[in-house]
Amino acid sequence: MRKNLTQKIVLIFAVLIVFVFGIFGIPKGLSGTALKNAILDRIHLGLDLKGGTHLILQVMTDEAVNFAITNDAAHVQTDLQQNGITVSSVIPDTAHPATILISGAPPDRAGDIRSVLNQRYGNQYDVSSGANNTFTLTMKPSAIADLKKNTMDHSIEVIRQRVDSLGVSEPVIAPYSLGSDQILVELPGVDDPARVKDVIQSTARLEIHEVQGGPWPDEQAALQALGGTVPYDSILLHTAPGASAAGSPNQVYQIKRAAEVAGTDIRDAQASRNQNTNEPEVVFYLTTAAGNHFAEFTGANKGKSLCIVLDNKIQEVATIHDQIRDTGTISGGSMNEQQAKDLSMLLRTGALPASIHYLQESTVGPSLGADSIRQGVLASIVGMLAVLIFMLIYYRGSGINADLALILNLVILLGFMGFTGSVLTLPGIAGVILTIGMGVDSNVLIFERIREELRAGKSPAAAVDQGFAHAWTTIIDTHVTTIVSAAILFIFGTGPVRGFAVTLTFGLLANLFTAVFVSRVIFDSHLNKMQRGATLSI
Amino acid sequence: MELFREVRVDWLGKKWYFLGFSLIFSVAGVLSLLFWHGLPQDVDFRGGTVVRVKFDQQPNLDHIRAAADKAGLKDVRIQTIVGGGQSTSNEVIISLAHSANEESLDQGRAAILQTLEANYARNSAANQGKLDLDNAGQATLAGWLAEKDPEHLGSSDAAQQHYAQQAEAIVGYRNARSGIIDSIDNLGTVTTPAVLAELKQDAFLSGFTIRNVEIVGPQVGAQLKKQALLATLYSLAGMLVYLWFRFELIYGVAAVVAVFHDTLITVGAFSLTNQEVSLTVIAAILTLVGYSMNDTIVVFDRIRENLRLTRREPLADIVNRSINQTLSRTVLTSGLTFLTVLSLYLFGGEVLHGFSFALVVGILIGTYSSIAVAAPMLVAYQEWRQGRGKAAVLPAAKKARV
Repeated sequence: MRKNLTQKIVLIFAVLIVFVFGIFGIPKGLSGTALKNAILDRIHLGLDLKGGTHLILQVMTDEAVNFAITNDAAHVQTDLQQNGITVSSVIPDTAHPATILISGAPPDRAGDIRSVLNQRYGNQYDVSSGANNTFTLTMKPSAIADLKKNTMDHSIEVIRQRVDSLGVSEPVIAPYSLGSDQILVELPGVDDPARVKDVIQSTARLEIHEVQGGPWPDEQAALQALGGTVPYDSILLHTAPGASAAGSPNQVYQIKRAAEVAGTDIRDAQASRNQNTNEPEVVFYLTTAAGNHFAEFTGANKGKSLCIVLDNKIQEVATIHDQIRDTGTISGGSMNEQQAKDLSMLLRTGALPASIHYLQESTVGPSLGADSIRQGVLASIVGMLAVLIFMLIYYRGSGINADLALILNLVILLGFMGFTGSVLTLPGIAGVILTIGMGVDSNVLIFERIREELRAGKSPAAAVDQGFAHAWTTIIDTHVTTIVSAAILFIFGTGPVRGFAVTLTFGLLANLFTAVFVSRVIFDSHLNKMQRGATLSI
Repeated sequence: MELFREVRVDWLGKKWYFLGFSLIFSVAGVLSLLFWHGLPQDVDFRGGTVVRVKFDQQPNLDHIRAAADKAGLKDVRIQTIVGGGQSTSNEVIISLAHSANEESLDQGRAAILQTLEANYARNSAANQGKLDLDNAGQATLAGWLAEKDPEHLGSSDAAQQHYAQQAEAIVGYRNARSGIIDSIDNLGTVTTPAVLAELKQDAFLSGFTIRNVEIVGPQVGAQLKKQALLATLYSLAGMLVYLWFRFELIYGVAAVVAVFHDTLITVGAFSLTNQEVSLTVIAAILTLVGYSMNDTIVVFDRIRENLRLTRREPLADIVNRSINQTLSRTVLTSGLTFLTVLSLYLFGGEVLHGFSFALVVGILIGTYSSIAVAAPMLVAYQEWRQGRGKAAVLPAAKKARV
């Protein structure tokens, strides 16, 4: 009863070659370092092995909503005015989120107001009228959700550009699975994250506002001069420390709430040096549309003052002498060259749509990563040798069979990781060791069963046949349960833990092939060569 | 070689011993969770700042503690790292309790760093303005070398690249020594003489290095805790459903109770030994849920097979026989997995310590529970049904199997 195994053996060798290629690719040489580089080229090391910084940050998406509400409120007033309707105030409603309150509307124009609002803002807002000649615009939940999602996408894009411009290789910047407003940033090789963190976190929102009053030495003086309250369409802002044109630092100005130029209007920015003082400064240029608007505004408002506001601090205050088209300069005296470069880069990549908080940081030094690799590899080799040697002693001839299957299992696992570009983490290495330990389970199940069948008096060929048949369902059951656990780990886990789930799952899938198919072929080919009546070494 | 041939142990007859054993360990664990150590949590869950520092010699903990006190750091915990096969690694973990809000997350780290620098390096006047070679990052080092330009190569790209390579070689040397350079003189083996001379002149060794920093805000900690709990529950539920589908509901219930028992005792072991539960420990526990299920399934499979062969025999006898028949396999595979896990525990290093500890405990308990908890539960359930005058309805199988 000889079986023809040629096709199966060819298949096994084909698989072996394919997955060895998966591990090494085509190495540049056969020396130790060349092979090592070839492996590292295909199997990427996680941050915990390579060293690097892992950050989780939160985007304050509510800020973007408030920002949009403030802007829209200013626009509502302009639109109403253009339709010949004057109301006493249009302000964000502080009592309710995402709501604009219009008060003092002329009662006889209520219909007109409603139609203007519905026409212009009906897509994003629910318009309703209230008592005492008021109207409210409430942002629709779908519009808020869209806005928040855009804010997230935009933030990720901006952070990616900033990280790229700092020259970090292979960064990961992606939404973080645990929260809708969180972003995961992984920076391999960055072991001193302070500067990167600062660059990422800078909102870099540059705006130009009209100056309406000031300067005053502090807020109290400003309030006194304004008669106790700040008009609803303006705000008080401090000058930045070291802001040059504004005189002494930390003064207070009253500026118009709505910006003439917003952060998204910047087309380009460059670091340069002032022609007179040779101090570092940043020159920025506006987009065409914003430039036109700005020219119109400055042409019509000669003699008034403008201020450049960066992240809610006034950097420059200047009087409009002439029409300005599309350029401006920030020259705060305390800037050094590095800061000027960083700031121009930030302006080029654009403002973050909302500010960012760090929720988590983990930095693994490269020396710890190197130690982890050493220890992980040592533990793997010791564990694997222990298993291989035990199988040889306990199952004798069949132990060789199991050992071959286990080694092939390992090759397939590593090759699979090479093909899919998986990331190997320290728990991932543990997953490889565990795969060896758990994978041998299938062999033991089969071998124990074969021994039982042999004890029951069956011939070696029949015993092997029965052993594999009976163990098969049990093997499927045990694999499914472990893979279910690993899948749940993958869904809920993050970073290194996911790496563990991935290696464990790949390893056990490969194990089905090696322990059941390959091991069977080895048995069959051995049985083919065996003399009639000889016993199986098991 | 064969260890378990023709075993005939009356496992079910010992069920009271088993029950006692399981109760003692579960209750001890639960008591410790409730009244003694609680559940010590890693920084991932607890939130806070953890800085792992390695020194070039045995650090004086009291000295560090005093320095931290002087810097105004409150609730500082300082532990030396032991294990990983080495008797002493000169490493300490300095941890701070979490800050109330996310904004001040960074302050703890900065304070710890300043404390260390003040006490180990920068306070010496000789080191003012010099580069700390034990802590400088590779990029910093490359930039510093390019700026000093000891080989007078100018600022060409080739020069930058040359100094970047020198920096890489120095960092490589440092990494091979776990982050501490033994002496600047020895760097001559990896650097050019000019660079070495520059290092000797303008760099120093502070004798400590920051190996790892973890800062977790309260928000993330709470999220991760919730996720970990959910993952464990989902995984138990997943097992229940699968076994229900493959066998019968009562098999699923018995197996899940056994696995829950394993999880409880493993977590209890962490509490009793006052070790911290981290994200990777949760990963280990989830793996155990799957693994411990394996043993149970193997026994159940055999029970089902034997039930089909001999319907007349009392269930208790069948269960005993099934356990005995699969005992060799159960002990062997658990033993082999245990070998690999033990190797992880002994050689895998400090980072994986909790992970491998969970697996070491869990595999022992998981093997025990499939014999001593899951199978007796099946029998107890049937006896309970018979006691209520109902027929035994443990089916052989839902469908014929080959």
